[in-house]
Amino acid sequence: MIDVRDLSVHFGGVVSLDQMTVDFPAGTCGLIGPNGAGKTTFFNVLSGFVTPRSGRIEALGQDLLALPDFRRARWGLRRTFQTEQAIEKLTVFENVATVYEHTGQGGRAGRTQAVNEALDFVGLTEVAHDTVRTLGAKDRRFIEVARAVVGAPKVILLDEPAAGLPEEETATLAQIIRNIPERVGASVILVDHDMSLVQACCDWTAVLDFGRLLASGPTAEVLRDPNVMRAYLGTEEVA
Amino acid sequence: MTAAVEGSRRTNPMAVVGNVMTQKWFEPGAVVAVMVVALFVIPSAFDSFWVHNFTQMALTTILAASAGMLYGRVGLVSLGQVAPYAIGTWVTMRLAFATSLPYPVLLLIGGLVAALLGVLIGLPALRVSGLYLALVTLMLVAGVEIILGEIKFPNGGHGFKGVVRGISGIKGVRRPSFATTDLSYYRFVVCGAFVMLMLASFVLSRKPGRAWASIRQSEAAALTSGVDVTRYKIYAFALASFMAGVGGGLFAGTVPKGMSTDDFNRQAAISLIAVVIMGGIYSLWGGLLAAFFATCLLKFLTQNFIGHQFWNRFALSLFGFGLLANLVQSTKAAEKKGIQA
Repeated sequence: MIDVRDLSVHFGGVVSLDQMTVDFPAGTCGLIGPNGAGKTTFFNVLSGFVTPRSGRIEALGQDLLALPDFRRARWGLRRTFQTEQAIEKLTVFENVATVYEHTGQGGRAGRTQAVNEALDFVGLTEVAHDTVRTLGAKDRRFIEVARAVVGAPKVILLDEPAAGLPEEETATLAQIIRNIPERVGASVILVDHDMSLVQACCDWTAVLDFGRLLASGPTAEVLRDPNVMRAYLGTEEVA
Repeated sequence: MTAAVEGSRRTNPMAVVGNVMTQKWFEPGAVVAVMVVALFVIPSAFDSFWVHNFTQMALTTILAASAGMLYGRVGLVSLGQVAPYAIGTWVTMRLAFATSLPYPVLLLIGGLVAALLGVLIGLPALRVSGLYLALVTLMLVAGVEIILGEIKFPNGGHGFKGVVRGISGIKGVRRPSFATTDLSYYRFVVCGAFVMLMLASFVLSRKPGRAWASIRQSEAAALTSGVDVTRYKIYAFALASFMAGVGGGLFAGTVPKGMSTDDFNRQAAISLIAVVIMGGIYSLWGGLLAAFFATCLLKFLTQNFIGHQFWNRFALSLFGFGLLANLVQSTKAAEKKGIQA
């Protein structure tokens, strides 16, 4: 689905990604690693915010690095961020509609239906008319997922989408994320430090350490990999 | 796509009907009330001195709303809105003396030329933001001030400059045939301000308005939403400058004899952003309130409480104090909101 070859990113003398080569399969994939491993940098390269020193990225046959940043969203790449990015002054509906209308996918009638479906998908229909600033942390997080799934996305990058959520709401979010490939038709790459969320959502996981790919494969196998446990999880196997 | 979450809050999706765009500057009823007061109550309740001041207030409302739109809706801290205001005034005056075009056409041309300048202002905004953008746009005001000071404002003479030597030859800009008196011109200016604010409101409640809100929240998130940030920033500068340019054109009709650059200098630019923040940057009422501070309240104070010289020296300090009070209050409100969340 996303074929990454020899991707390197340097910030001055700091090597953030070092010859990263990995092929993310379709479905829901995890991307884990300790702080500073290069996960968000990788998302920033995919989003067009960071220009790599070398390498190439091909997503569903499209050379992503050849597209300007905002055109990647129009191609079908969507993203959430570690910090909340929902637009405070707008309603939930307007927040989701903004993504739909700027990714150039159709007229007003199509917009209404697509936004309603996205809100229904994440369970926010009831608060569609509410302004974001009146909502709590859980709804704000779910708005970002709705913004990512609206229309016809091809690849969705979720950067710590459960940050700050309690266990019960994280479980609800996990269920939503797991359903994205089948219901929305998009593949997902999930970055999170919550291993239970990664295990619940992802069949396949890649591990980064100091900008290099440490391991990749089925999630259960990767989390039992001695190198992964030593570098990231400590000496104990993750539960 | 169907509901993914069992047991989550759900209602009939069709209950969410298409047009729920709520990003408006004001309620229609309130606008009607303000227009009735502006067009009928003020002219009958105040003498010509105050009608002149309310004319200035209507003009300043356009300017303040354009600056407030850039700052409050797009997050662009521009101190340069005085520049397109000056250009709009200059172009309208020049064309009023040199041609017989109808006044509304002159306003349109003045606004469009100012919008072109706005695009030029917008170009550095693609590279800088915050304090740096404020400094760049302030320097632009200084540049326009120098150029206009050098070539002088037209005052009825011949040629491109249109400047006559000697006071006796100076005349005012011709007004529209339907608004030749001060009172009727006041109403014309109020209607012009209304049209400009409606234009801004129309754009803000649609796709560009939501793109600007997205940019203001986070440029990175806007880009990942497919928003062409470069294009929409330039669009914002063009629209705000068009509004200011039309305001400047309306201002030209209030000048009885010639004009200097005093209304368009750097101090005016800084005072403008101060009163805009004091009035509130997110709504029409902010622009109206800012204009009230800068014109009628100022005139009321100088007439009744403090001497004119005092005001000249300390106006900026008072605006600074008001700005500080506003920012302190905003910080408290933000902290309160954070605690509640």
